[in-house]
Amino acid sequence: MSYQYNIGCSLNNLKGIREFVRHSLKHEGVPEVEMSAIVLALDEMCSNLMIHAHHCNPDHLLELHIDTPSKGKLIFEIIDDGSVFDINEFLEPELDNLIHQKRKGGLGIRLVKAIMDNVEYLRRDNKNVCRLTKEIKP
Amino acid sequence: MVHIKRIQEEGADIIAVIGEIDASSSIELDLAIAKSVGEGFRKILIDCTALEYISSAGLGVFMSYIEELKDKNIPMVLFGMKEKVANTFSILGLADLLYIKQNKQEAKTLANELSV
Repeated sequence: MSYQYNIGCSLNNLKGIREFVRHSLKHEGVPEVEMSAIVLALDEMCSNLMIHAHHCNPDHLLELHIDTPSKGKLIFEIIDDGSVFDINEFLEPELDNLIHQKRKGGLGIRLVKAIMDNVEYLRRDNKNVCRLTKEIKP
Repeated sequence: MVHIKRIQEEGADIIAVIGEIDASSSIELDLAIAKSVGEGFRKILIDCTALEYISSAGLGVFMSYIEELKDKNIPMVLFGMKEKVANTFSILGLADLLYIKQNKQEAKTLANELSV
């Protein structure tokens, strides 16, 4: 199955993203704790893009695609035309440094990498595609 | 959307976080903790019983208070987390950096021990 959701870059739309992900995956047999983690990873990726690549401009759009090509295999794509924010190139801050500097950011990337099996970036039709994949073990 | 309620019991300020905390609503949590500290409470308990979701923005708020509260000797203890919420804390290893208990009584006991 394939699902698509287009959203303006406003943080108020994050709830809609979470509902879309949950709704799209409801027949995929994803256990609740894993489902919550996947929803979280998509929220983190979209909020990062909204903030860093689009400065929360609600007129800028993100396209979120979900594909479930086979049982347990989940592919998420976030498509936009802003500047690329490649989390693989972002050095994760140490937790101790975050505490010391009282920084409120930097945890999201750590979460996404821990939750998803793979995060990759590609260009398609002159747009940025961030593809996240996750396999649900039976 | 998140809704925050504060009640005071036995000298502790209990901040109940109801609903979902994401990048759009984490400021509410930040303000509530800042207010509690500003009002001079010596023990802060965070009631997560009705917390359905937390993203890194919310986790970052808790992290950002660790040092300040330690310096001021104000224990902050979280309690009542659902498994799906607790999982988010444990993915990042925050369960070792924050005080987290199962229920309010345990949280109160720990806060009392820590504030001696």
